[in-house]
Amino acid sequence: MKSAPLAVKRSDKAVLQAEDLDMLIQNLRKRGHQVIGPTRREGAIVYEELASAQNLPAGWTDEQDGGTYRLKRRTDGALFGYAVGPHSWKEFVHPPAQRLYRARRNGKQVEFLPETPPAAKCAFLGVRACELNAIAIQDRVFLGGPVVDPGYQSRRQQLFLIAVNCTVAGGTCFCASMNTGPKAASGYDVALTEVMESGRHYFMTEAGTDRGAEVLSQLPLQRATSRQEQIAADMVSQTARRMARQMDTTGIEELFYRNYEHPRWDDVAKRCLTCANCTLVCPTCFCTTVEDTADLTGQHAERWRKWDSCFTLDFSYIAGGSVRSSSRARYRQWLTHKLATWMDQFGTSGCVGCGRCITWCPAAIDLTEEVRALREGGPARGAAPTGKETKP
Amino acid sequence: MNRNPKPKLAVWKFASCDGCQLSLLDCEDELLAVAGAVNVANFPEASRAVVAGPYDLSLVEGSITTPHDAERIHKIRRASKCLVTIGACATAGGIQALRNFKDVKQFTSIVYARPDYIETLNKSTPVADHVSVDFELRGCPINKRQLVEVINAFLHGSKPNTPRHSVCVECKVRGTVCVMVARGVPCLGPVTQAGCGAICPSYARGCYGYFGPKETPNTASLSGRWTHLGAQPDDLVRAFRSFNAYAEPFRKESEAHEK
Ligand code: SF4
Ligand code: SF4
Ligand code: SF4
Ligand code: SF4
Repeated sequence: MKSAPLAVKRSDKAVLQAEDLDMLIQNLRKRGHQVIGPTRREGAIVYEELASAQNLPAGWTDEQDGGTYRLKRRTDGALFGYAVGPHSWKEFVHPPAQRLYRARRNGKQVEFLPETPPAAKCAFLGVRACELNAIAIQDRVFLGGPVVDPGYQSRRQQLFLIAVNCTVAGGTCFCASMNTGPKAASGYDVALTEVMESGRHYFMTEAGTDRGAEVLSQLPLQRATSRQEQIAADMVSQTARRMARQMDTTGIEELFYRNYEHPRWDDVAKRCLTCANCTLVCPTCFCTTVEDTADLTGQHAERWRKWDSCFTLDFSYIAGGSVRSSSRARYRQWLTHKLATWMDQFGTSGCVGCGRCITWCPAAIDLTEEVRALREGGPARGAAPTGKETKP
Repeated sequence: MNRNPKPKLAVWKFASCDGCQLSLLDCEDELLAVAGAVNVANFPEASRAVVAGPYDLSLVEGSITTPHDAERIHKIRRASKCLVTIGACATAGGIQALRNFKDVKQFTSIVYARPDYIETLNKSTPVADHVSVDFELRGCPINKRQLVEVINAFLHGSKPNTPRHSVCVECKVRGTVCVMVARGVPCLGPVTQAGCGAICPSYARGCYGYFGPKETPNTASLSGRWTHLGAQPDDLVRAFRSFNAYAEPFRKESEAHEK
């Protein structure tokens, strides 16, 4: 059943047939957006530029657990029937390597050539609820302080965000514990819920902003019936009940501050490879290092900013050596920052429960288990804290 | 910057395959700039002309395997202001350090018609076991960009950007999907130093550890994960015992799995 464009306002619910999803992608492309979304590559579902809805991983899902991820065929043709993969959206707004400036020698002077902010306008298709929260957290980090990151700001301002509510819980997800999903609550231009019922395949759409409503209004939509709305809502609430993992966050800051010397840190240090994968896949981790390079003539120099991690020794290097030389200190820094000191620093948790650090840890270390072990260790076994360690 | 006279660069070869020296020749774009910035005084792979020392920068390739070489390296050290070792042979003893796990006399008696003509040391050892080394550049072979970076840093008096963290960081930066997690392929990346650009994982192979142990490598934990993925003790011995077999963390790990 084909339908003509339907004018929708913010928070109106309307139905978009699955075969018309490509029109959304093409409309955004016509508006000058580079559309980035999930696609299948190297045995995983990653985020890349999409030319059309054909690039979406139709009929695929994933099985995830600590240190393992496998793609599997679904029995249907769902376009978003999987959880989050190894990539996160942060690489598009906070790139892994970014030149900050170039400099050239001009006689006795040094001339600095600032970078011009990137021109590309991106639209993210398929942003999950936990990821919207992660973007909001990075907004606080890069835009919320006294110094604004200009590169992040220009990329962020141009973003068009299309959320997809989760109808499948991944094997390592715990967004329900962190209050960040599975339903997208805010921060999107358009939200979609993919529905497959009695041979029908459609998206329940909802605009979160005026420009979202404007983009939707150009698509062939139908008003949603209350039955359809109910089906879509039920699918998302079912996901919440199917979360594979939980984390009890009551009094979590105090839990960490009381337990700097807990023996569990030694236990996890035996397993941890200090490989940094967890911090790099985490959608909220933001740490970087700065590298200066010059060419052999000494006439040109560049300054680059690159992703870094509190798991490297250089990260905490000050005169005389690294402050966190043991793996124990480094693992404790990561987890304490994510779940406790982040709150003091930015007013929210640094964890949105996406489960990436569990799946993509080659040693299968699971932060939900580590937190449980800290709790079950009972009252503080270590010395009282002398102060809060651990801001980056 | 005053470049007059230009710093004198020398390249020296010990037991090795020449691959690392060739990396320098392979820097086609940068080579002219290198040649312009330094006076290449001794470089067996590029020219026969030899200029007498002292040298400002000596790049040393290869491991120490003969009594003669064990003396020669001291002479080179004395003639060099700055000595940088390049490659797995010079920094860890190379693949030829496999002899270190066996009796070298047995090898010479099998391989050579006149073993009594062969004068060789029991062990193949890194240059740093013999003389003090100012900087070690890892890799088998070294990465040419890192080599240019080291020469650059030497010329400008800065610290080279050659991080000692894991190969995993390079996978993540380039967006490569982890082969260990997504394919169950055992990978040495979590204990291996970055520098190659994570080439093997981008071709769906595990890392072979050619850049040697990273900072604080937890080889025991990684062996546990390999075992979980189905690796046998023999596989572990072979994995840790390759081009950086004699680098201490890898040596200890391979020995731990030897029956
Ligand atoms: S800490 Fe782990 S679960 Fe939490 S947001 Fe980061 S990657 Fe996701
Ligand atoms: S210091 Fe915090 S933000 Fe930085 S890498 Fe570590 S956990 Fe992530
Ligand atoms: S927790 Fe896992 S991913 Fe993170 S550094 Fe340790 S081994 Fe690597
Ligand atoms: S493929 Fe290997 S090097 Fe890359 S992230 Fe995975 S374990 Fe690390």
